[in-house]
Amino acid sequence: MLGIIRQRVASCKGFPALTLEQGIRVVASQAYSSNSKQMTVRDALNSAIDEEMSADPKVFLMGEEVGEYQGAYKITKGLLDKYGPERVYDTPITEAGFAGIGVGAAYYGLKPVIEFMTINFSLQAIDHIINSAAKSNYMSSGQISVPIVFRGPNGAAAGVGAQHSHCYAAWYASCPGLKVLAPYSSEDARGLLKAAIRDPDPVIFLENELLYGESFPVSAEVLDSSFCVPIGKAKIEREGKDATITAFSKMVGYALQAAEILAKDGISAEVINLRSIRPLDRATIYDSVKKTSRLVTVEEGFAQHGIGAEICASVVEECFDHLDAPIERIAGTDVPMPYAANLERMALPQVEDIVRAAKRACYRSN
Amino acid sequence: MAQLTRRATDLLKPFSVALSSTRLLTTTTSTTPITVETSLPFTGHRIDPPSRSVETTPQELMTFFRDMALMRRMEIAADSLYKAKLIRGFCHLYDGQEAVAVGMEAAITKKDCIITAYRDHCIFLGRGGTLLQCFAELMGRKDGCSKGKGGSMHFYKKDSGFYGGHGIVGAQIPLGCGLAFAQKYSKDETVTFALYGDGAANQGQLFEALNMAALWDLPAILVCENNHYGMGTAEWRAAKSPAYYKRGDYVPGLKVDGMDVFAVKQACKFAKEHALKNGPIVSAY
Repeated sequence: MLGIIRQRVASCKGFPALTLEQGIRVVASQAYSSNSKQMTVRDALNSAIDEEMSADPKVFLMGEEVGEYQGAYKITKGLLDKYGPERVYDTPITEAGFAGIGVGAAYYGLKPVIEFMTINFSLQAIDHIINSAAKSNYMSSGQISVPIVFRGPNGAAAGVGAQHSHCYAAWYASCPGLKVLAPYSSEDARGLLKAAIRDPDPVIFLENELLYGESFPVSAEVLDSSFCVPIGKAKIEREGKDATITAFSKMVGYALQAAEILAKDGISAEVINLRSIRPLDRATIYDSVKKTSRLVTVEEGFAQHGIGAEICASVVEECFDHLDAPIERIAGTDVPMPYAANLERMALPQVEDIVRAAKRACYRSN
Repeated sequence: MAQLTRRATDLLKPFSVALSSTRLLTTTTSTTPITVETSLPFTGHRIDPPSRSVETTPQELMTFFRDMALMRRMEIAADSLYKAKLIRGFCHLYDGQEAVAVGMEAAITKKDCIITAYRDHCIFLGRGGTLLQCFAELMGRKDGCSKGKGGSMHFYKKDSGFYGGHGIVGAQIPLGCGLAFAQKYSKDETVTFALYGDGAANQGQLFEALNMAALWDLPAILVCENNHYGMGTAEWRAAKSPAYYKRGDYVPGLKVDGMDVFAVKQACKFAKEHALKNGPIVSAY
């Protein structure tokens, strides 16, 4: 249904000439060789889950609509047919209950992959995520490990309103005992989800609904069933020397577009795809800031106590003498997400906001 | 001095072994069967309750007595330590409820799982924990069962199927259903006992988890230890329906006299057989 809405919005007259999806596709195809196979993020996630379920019989899926409906966003398509109802469980709409059941199964030694239809609904289960999953390994002094993955689309979609558009990256990333991952490309999606399922600790896997349909080139290495991206390592998507832009999830695409625009104005921006929010790859960020001396952090979520706030404090602690300008934070506007399309656009960071921030950091703005 | 040293060594052994080496108490290895009647009958909800006649032996009787007496003394000692501020934070005591911990152990194996809330000291002992591990944990020492990192509410003994020790009221119920899920998934033919209080019986997540346990026929046994208080609030002010064994609605229930160790043993044996064949059952003690 959300796909239909997006198509209608995109075909509506008067909409900006370059839509979000078109922009990402342009940038993605420019950044990679055109010889590689293309894979959507959706297929990347599906193949990752499929391969991990095939490799380890302890991995099972649980969530609303993951089975017979083929997944609310079709991420788990075909898995019920392939693995049967003993490995893929459709749950009632009771997040607290099934998240707790998942954590209990993980205590016993199974490897649950729990889907929240959106990460907004994880709030119903947040006690189990934090108190039952994240803290148990420490409280039991290593006796109980919790190899569980909680996954689902995070942040804004298109026109879904305040209760369905909140980004929870900062909420989960503040909690010791959790790992928090946010893929951008199909390579990220495959590699990080495989790493998450294999990880012995609870992992929050923050996907993005608007990226599910996006295609990215994937090499043969990425398609191999043993492919894995290390948790805690960021990726430099674009090298640069004048300003560092950090981003995660959908904002990586925006940052790459902004870097293209900045390049025409003679500013060479380095774009870091964080991939891992907790643990944060501080070393890569520091190395980049030491090279460029200017930093712009980009996130979809709210600024206060956000990912940018943590990066800013961390960089000031470690690289203060290297900074030539104050750190710029680009984040969602401090309001619950409005519904009207024009207001929604104003509530989220846009490419021009990132461009302006980078120019401010270079003392080049008006 | 030698006496003190020997007692200290005794603390390191599981309590039943430690006490049997004390010469003061009588012991017996007699396994002549004795039949005992439970003091009160069982009441069933959507199920025929088990018989009031329980098989036991003199050896088992003495074990019950020793174990329960040890648990009582331990909790009273913990109370004194807490009042002396040598135990910090929380200290939830199980004195008065010993029959549940002891009766349950007599009916099950260490491959069955138990999960409870924060009134967990005696469950830990019942699962094979030692007094030293218990007191060391309460007093924040590294020889504690959680190396001093957990405290009173976070005792675990995974090798004996004891999964804690949980501070959030009601959380242990979905977790227990998850353990049962994993037991069924792994085809282990074992069950999980998820213990909770009459306060937790009102938690929404209990009904969420029980619904799924019933849908998927999980070998989960929900055990409500009703001490008629939810934290400081009396039962009659917190629960519209205090018939906790009926709260499962479509799930069978059993009302048991929790003060009678034989009734507990019989109920747990009955519940285990039921759960392995028919799915979840709720019991209230």
